[in-house]
Amino acid sequence: MNKIRADALKKVLVLGSGALKIGEAGEFDYSGSQALKALKEEGIKTVLVNPNIATIQTSKELADKIYFLPVNPYFVEQVIKKEKPDGIFLSFGGQTALNCGLALDKLRVFKKYGIKVLGTPVKSIEITEDRELFAKELNKIGVKVPKGSFATTVDAALKIGENLGYPLLLRSGFSLGGLGSGVVNSKEELIKVASNALHNAPQIAIEEYLKHWKEIEYEVVRDQVGNKITVCNMENLDPLGVHTGESIVVAPSQTLNNYQYHMLRRLALQVIEHLGIVGECNIQYALNPENNDYRVIEVNARLSRSSALASKATGYPLAYVAAKIGLGHNLPDLKNTVTLSTSAFFEPALDYIVIKIPRWDLQKFVGAKQQIGSEMKSVGEVMAIGRSFPEVLQKAIRMLETNQDGLLSNGIDDTKLLPTTQRIFVIAQRFAKGENVEDIYEATGIDPWFLYQIKEVVEFENQLPNQKLTQDVVLRAKKLGFSDKILAEAFKTQEDEIRKFRKKWGITPKVKHIDTLAAEYPAKTNYLYLTYHGEESEEIRDSSIVNSLTKNEQRKAIVLGSGPYRIGSSVEFDWCCVTCAQTLREKGLETIIINCNPETVSTDYDITDKLYFEQLTFERVSDIYDIESSKGQQDVSLVLGFGGQTPNNLALRAYKAGYKILGTSPVDIDRAEDRHKFSDLLDKLKIDQAPWQSLKTVDEALSFAKKIGYPVLIRPSYVLSGSAMNVAYSSADLKKNLKTAKAISSEYPVVLSKFVEGAKEIEVDGVSQKGELLIYAISEHVENAGVHSGDATMVLPPQRLYLETVRKIKSATRKIIKELNISGPFNIQFLAKENKIMVIELNLRASRSFPFVSKVTGKNFVDLATKVMLGEEISGIFKTLDLDYVAVKAPQFSFNRIKGADPRLRVEMSSTGEVACFGDDLAEAYLKALMSTGFKLPKKGIFLSIGGKKNKLDMLINAKKLAGLGFKIYATEHTHEFLKESGIKNTRVYKISEKKQPSVLNILTSGKVDLAINISEGGSPEGETAGYIIRRNCIDLGIALVTNLQSAELLVSAMTSKKLEDLEIKSWDEYVS
Amino acid sequence: MRGKLTLSDGTVFLGESFGSEVNASGEVVFNTGMVGYPESLTDPSYFGQILVLTYPLIGNYGVPEKKFWESKKIQVKGLIIQNYIDTPSHFESERTLSDWLKAEGIPALYGVDTRALTIKLREHGVMLGQLRIDNGQLTSKTQISNVKSQMSNEIYDPNAENVLPFVSTEEIEVFDPPAGRGKKNVVVIDCGDKENIIRSLLRRGVEVTKVPWDFNPLAADFKYNGVFVSNGPGDPKMAKETIANVKKVLAKNIPTFGICLGSQILCLAAGGNTYKLKFGHRGQNQPVLNKETNQAIITSQNHGFAVDMKSLSGDWKEWFINLNDGTNEGIKHKDKPFLAVQFHPEANPGPFDAGYLFDEYVKLL
Repeated sequence: MNKIRADALKKVLVLGSGALKIGEAGEFDYSGSQALKALKEEGIKTVLVNPNIATIQTSKELADKIYFLPVNPYFVEQVIKKEKPDGIFLSFGGQTALNCGLALDKLRVFKKYGIKVLGTPVKSIEITEDRELFAKELNKIGVKVPKGSFATTVDAALKIGENLGYPLLLRSGFSLGGLGSGVVNSKEELIKVASNALHNAPQIAIEEYLKHWKEIEYEVVRDQVGNKITVCNMENLDPLGVHTGESIVVAPSQTLNNYQYHMLRRLALQVIEHLGIVGECNIQYALNPENNDYRVIEVNARLSRSSALASKATGYPLAYVAAKIGLGHNLPDLKNTVTLSTSAFFEPALDYIVIKIPRWDLQKFVGAKQQIGSEMKSVGEVMAIGRSFPEVLQKAIRMLETNQDGLLSNGIDDTKLLPTTQRIFVIAQRFAKGENVEDIYEATGIDPWFLYQIKEVVEFENQLPNQKLTQDVVLRAKKLGFSDKILAEAFKTQEDEIRKFRKKWGITPKVKHIDTLAAEYPAKTNYLYLTYHGEESEEIRDSSIVNSLTKNEQRKAIVLGSGPYRIGSSVEFDWCCVTCAQTLREKGLETIIINCNPETVSTDYDITDKLYFEQLTFERVSDIYDIESSKGQQDVSLVLGFGGQTPNNLALRAYKAGYKILGTSPVDIDRAEDRHKFSDLLDKLKIDQAPWQSLKTVDEALSFAKKIGYPVLIRPSYVLSGSAMNVAYSSADLKKNLKTAKAISSEYPVVLSKFVEGAKEIEVDGVSQKGELLIYAISEHVENAGVHSGDATMVLPPQRLYLETVRKIKSATRKIIKELNISGPFNIQFLAKENKIMVIELNLRASRSFPFVSKVTGKNFVDLATKVMLGEEISGIFKTLDLDYVAVKAPQFSFNRIKGADPRLRVEMSSTGEVACFGDDLAEAYLKALMSTGFKLPKKGIFLSIGGKKNKLDMLINAKKLAGLGFKIYATEHTHEFLKESGIKNTRVYKISEKKQPSVLNILTSGKVDLAINISEGGSPEGETAGYIIRRNCIDLGIALVTNLQSAELLVSAMTSKKLEDLEIKSWDEYVS
Repeated sequence: MRGKLTLSDGTVFLGESFGSEVNASGEVVFNTGMVGYPESLTDPSYFGQILVLTYPLIGNYGVPEKKFWESKKIQVKGLIIQNYIDTPSHFESERTLSDWLKAEGIPALYGVDTRALTIKLREHGVMLGQLRIDNGQLTSKTQISNVKSQMSNEIYDPNAENVLPFVSTEEIEVFDPPAGRGKKNVVVIDCGDKENIIRSLLRRGVEVTKVPWDFNPLAADFKYNGVFVSNGPGDPKMAKETIANVKKVLAKNIPTFGICLGSQILCLAAGGNTYKLKFGHRGQNQPVLNKETNQAIITSQNHGFAVDMKSLSGDWKEWFINLNDGTNEGIKHKDKPFLAVQFHPEANPGPFDAGYLFDEYVKLL
């Protein structure tokens, strides 16, 4: 094998993973950032291709050249042609980067340009990606894989099924997050599932179903000379059959004895040695709970979600070490980055337990089921650290930010023991009703070890109301992970009173370090967690950086992170927090981050002086504030404005508790957040808003809606899980909506507001300094209002706004920030129609689009906001409107992951991520952005189904253009007639209900259509079922789908003006200097 | 029932009793392994020690039947942990850890801040300690004064005497490999050996003759091809007879392999010196580098003393070193078949990475 030497490399290309999507999320920002850091240390120039503008890795400090372009073979080859790197990293950008790399290798691009693939050789990757090859290789060394075989046709699948017997497990190759996998119970089911899976993948695996086997993972590292270690093992609480991304996971394993732990460890080393992995990989096992039988399920020859989790769980920087190994270093030569004295060739010893719980947002999808299985549906995760299982379980539940405070009283009335997103609460309910561990084990396959512990917590909680408030009870409750809030409810008092009681008796959480070596060697870093299983807090080392910068003052800032990634809050806020922390450190403050999301860069322990991997609840933030302010006369402030809504929600309470908060006063934040107060404020400033009212009964709602006229926007109270925003077009619609969601009551009022049709939506992101506008950026949405701003396509600078509108927006913005005396970041959303503007909402915090506007304008809004919040006087004029280029931010959807979900855009957000690309004009930027989300330019036929007369008229010119570009056009009944009358040749297809050929399904499955435009008319229930069938099939068949009229118009005009070859390959600094 | 652990510097840790309600004393040491408490508790190298496990959840998989243990009984004087799990779940579990400890008369505490205790031991070095179980008024640490003087007389120090007679076999035992009689025979000098050393040799087709710690192999009335010096507790310098016997074995050029205490004894027999480490190496994640091959492996370790490489003559070379602190982890004679490692290639608990060393030794026979 030819060895790599770092000093032989001058420029290395790193592929990112693009937008966050289900199965591929923030963990790759962490791994890519670490790789870039490792390269930088070696003095190697770095080129990054990643269109995800909200990431930390696409910041100036990390990579030398950044291309906001699609991570696909075409664009990456163009970048290679231009940049001529001599090495490439494929394993830090998830499955997207890996697949792109494999395709480029197949096209012999690396050979052509003389590029060395760093890390695991392509050949080894191919083995791990092809299930058949993989099974063969493992058989060679006598390592067991699940019995089964591979099929490329449904018939072949049935034959295998006959041999193995049912139930079976079906998996498809080349998949991220187990797409197209599932348990199959019968021949009929197999036919259905196999034909579906074979649409997305050329090959499927059909395997023995290992019912109730444990699922165990190891993270393994190997260098090029064969030194190897397992950094962490993890055990899924859920048995095999629930995707590991959907499982609750603990580290280290809890139910394995020494023999099992080390048997699987030895197998892991044997397998990676045989496969020749260089760097990091992950190996998944099934383990029979009745004996020591095992199967190797798969190997991921790249950094993965699990490796990010393992890094955070152990403190071992897996991605960084993998990158160093890829550059030719060997493990014994690398240092442990926590102790700075011991070797990186070691296996972390944990003296705590870690739990990961996934976060789902299935209620955001119309038609999604709560059941979980072998496909990944979760959108994020949290990790809790503690010293008992009950402690970490209850911590993690609160970290999820789903208004669940513990195991019971969560309003879960479903008692079916199916694997659902709520299973843990269902199990708790069953224990509360006196069920036993054996029965629940039989039904769920969750190891009794976990069930006993859950039962203990439930029994304690059940007994709480019969207890007296004593030190013993409180201490025991805290050790079991109960919140002050639950204790307050049980003892019929206030949370504050419990806190006072605790502090009086010294029942406070203690600070412990994560040091990778279970206290055998001292840690030089401050990676911290809090636990009630401890007598003493550890000494927290002062940061050397702070000491050198702040000689005269001891100022500290605690930045609150954003918690788990979820729909509406993800990596963009991590960028904001990390950027803020960097500025704070530059300014000489001791900087502390609290966050609980293992997929983030903000939870890297070298980003700040101290990292508390902790809950973002008021209770825990207070605990940390107390600890940090306890030592002498220190000035400690909270920073709540960069982690999205989670920290912002704590503002008023923290203020009332007397904590110092940087930036805009929480009293003013409340004036913006409180709908009534904000409305009065707008009235006072004579700024228009859509009429609205908060209503407590259906009758009230109906009469208000009648008064303002339909359509109306319905916003249920956020405390109800499963409640979603909606638009009602008629009284029947409204009644139905309020009734089905049981969404209205005196306790939970509903807000109705006028839904303005045909209006443009405009956002202003900015920083205000003592009520004066310091910097702002105006972005325009492509889609008209009615599409959630998180799902909208944004254009910066705006291309189609009237100057008058811009002027009015600026003026309204100035008035508002003056009135609220804002010092810090803000975001205002406006509606504009016929030169009139209305305010939708104001956020007194950094918004989702802060990284976008910062990176597009080249002015770091977060850095400026942080300085303003620190009281620094900043002056200057920032040019953000008149730019020589255009940037487009486009949403990334993951509808293919959520079976049955309707992919139509609505007022509720459903995108899981975003990308942004630059261009010399709107068309170029838009096409690049769209392609970055996986969109492929159509080549063959286009399917049109346009509801409503106005929509049809609007689409006419575009249909003409499409026909002119030579596409074959297919259309459903009315659209067909309309186009025909207008002289556009098209083929009629029949709705399923018409039972005629060619049907919609025929055409979509025929492979003749590669783009479908389905525009449904607002409020028309007729034809909705037909529309749903079209849309869902497009998603399931991988056909590009557009459901919004303005997007369709922009797409067609862009496709008319630009071809693929016209799209420029320009790096970020070529646009923004 | 509550209990307290008092260290020789006077520090007190309080906890809840979950073992036998008796008092004990010994050297307090910590182990960072995350699995393997049945193996550790029965490891004779822990004789005379109170073991602190840094992993905070102990008892998870109960206790298996005797054939899985490393010796016939629990060897530690006491056990200190953070959280005890009394609801184990494992197909091999026969009883709970608490039941086992009670049956064997070993006291144990849970609810102790084991991380704080470990940091104490790391910073101060290992200390002697006393474990007292009683339901007295053990509510506050400050009530205990002058602990040092109170405990000095009654505390047990396993390094102050030769402890091998307490852990070694009393008579000669012969073990056949699974496939019938082996062609080669190894004399295992039992200084408190772990069962898995015997199993590891047998698995390689070697017949094993286990002899007491003070047995002189040169006086044996049976044939053998090699000598093995096992692991064991205490200060190696206390094992004077064993050192003298091994010296004779080396003089005869008999292939000799030592593990842990065996390595230290080999070093002393070769005229070298050993010293006490501040807090030892006890865990399953200890990285060592083979200086011959430059390959690194992860090893299981349990030792408080180490070989002083500088004290050995030029005939010996350093075979393995610890990648964390550079201490010696193995020695090898430059031309004679003498080798020894400080770590545990037999694992149990711990990784099997070094198992190949048994193959290397068997080849020398």
